[in-house]
Amino acid sequence: MTVKSNHVTIKGTKDGLIFLLDDQCEFSELLEDLRYKLEHSHQNILTGPIIHVDVKLGMREVTEGQKTELLDTLKQKGNLLIRSIDTPAQSMLEVDQNQLTIHTGMIRSGQVLHHEGNILFLGDVNPGGTLECTGDIFIMGALRGMAHAGVNGNMEAVIAASYLAPTQLRIAEVISRPPDEWENRETSMEFAFLKDGVMQIDKITNIVRIRPDLSSFKGV
Amino acid sequence: MGEAIVVTSGKGGVGKTTTSANIGTALALLGKKVCLVDTDIGLRNLDVVMGLENRIIYDLCDVAEGRCRLNQALVKDKRFEELYMLPAAQTKDKNAVSPEQVRDIILELKKEYEYVIIDCPAGIEQGFKNAIAGADQAIVVTTPEHAAVRDADRIIGLLENSHIKSPKLVVNRIRVNMVKSGDMLDIDGILQVLNIDLIGIVPDDELVIKAANTGEPTVMNPDSRAAIAYRNIARRILGDTVPLMQLDQKKGAFTRFKKFFGMG
Repeated sequence: MTVKSNHVTIKGTKDGLIFLLDDQCEFSELLEDLRYKLEHSHQNILTGPIIHVDVKLGMREVTEGQKTELLDTLKQKGNLLIRSIDTPAQSMLEVDQNQLTIHTGMIRSGQVLHHEGNILFLGDVNPGGTLECTGDIFIMGALRGMAHAGVNGNMEAVIAASYLAPTQLRIAEVISRPPDEWENRETSMEFAFLKDGVMQIDKITNIVRIRPDLSSFKGV
Repeated sequence: MGEAIVVTSGKGGVGKTTTSANIGTALALLGKKVCLVDTDIGLRNLDVVMGLENRIIYDLCDVAEGRCRLNQALVKDKRFEELYMLPAAQTKDKNAVSPEQVRDIILELKKEYEYVIIDCPAGIEQGFKNAIAGADQAIVVTTPEHAAVRDADRIIGLLENSHIKSPKLVVNRIRVNMVKSGDMLDIDGILQVLNIDLIGIVPDDELVIKAANTGEPTVMNPDSRAAIAYRNIARRILGDTVPLMQLDQKKGAFTRFKKFFGMG
């Protein structure tokens, strides 16, 4: 350890310690620094009676694995009792559920695009091609292949396309195929949704009735 | 350094071999030095369509395994001085050669010939990988059928993920009457799905079958509409701007003359 950087700040409060972890540096550096601090600097504090610890990760997004690594490092000192790990980044992610990821291209026969979250796809999905995601699917282009929204079982997910002519549609566990199972067909942009577990097709303008959670425009 | 063009389709029976033979011959007709390569090991046909079956001594596998020199395996065409063919082996299968071996052979051929036309086997397995390994460009052949278009789409996807970037499309065996009556996919519909550049459309022509059976490429017969279509494709490969063939202009000058006088 040549550089003694300051990625870990330890603050004492009335009822314990707060570990403020830097959220900009590499995770490995952070871990290194944490180990160093625990080993060297606060020897006398860290070997005393049981202390409650709050860990603050700042804006850093950590995986479950990284989280366990951090906890394991802290647990090496028997007297540290971790009370909480605070990750504002996590709560930010929750808010971003409504966010769309934009993809462009063309999904040809035999190709599969898998996406975590909601997707706005600019291009066509050809017969034999598959577009699947955990959230909603919006396609600006022709959907001639298969689209699967809410692959993790989200029954609220919808599939919309400028030109909706799929070989098959799937939302969560429900599978539907045209045209015998769908009722009204329009030439305008349409979307598919589940109503009491049955696939329905409607004009895109009616999406607000099905999904009031999407931020909606209200004119004056 | 010449240019290697692979002719592929995914689906079988759409006319890859016929297209390869005719484009190759048409390029030779335009004075280019051309070598046709059959990579359909085990199911070779190009030699039959070219009428060169009985002249084969060595094949692609012999060259790959070093049993002969490349020049020894090349079969010279009956009609053109500067048209050659490298036949595939008939007794082995697709795994008999590797993509690297084919690439090396094509690279060698490109030094000598202006155009190397590679006839690809059907499917997306080893044979396909062998065929595209040495190619600089690709021509995807499809017919106006859903199954053929679907497979062409798959092939285009695979080509786009390979070193070949923008494949060109040939729509083969179009029947004007069926397109008009709505029983056959039309060119626009196919292009909408496949979304690549069209390099030619070839009308369905019985003369093509006749020509293939006699080992005389259709392109030699100027009475055949398919021949004109193939010649146009060859010219487009050379960089000429040739308008697409008007499909319903089937009537000859005489019928048009009759129609003019209200007799048709």
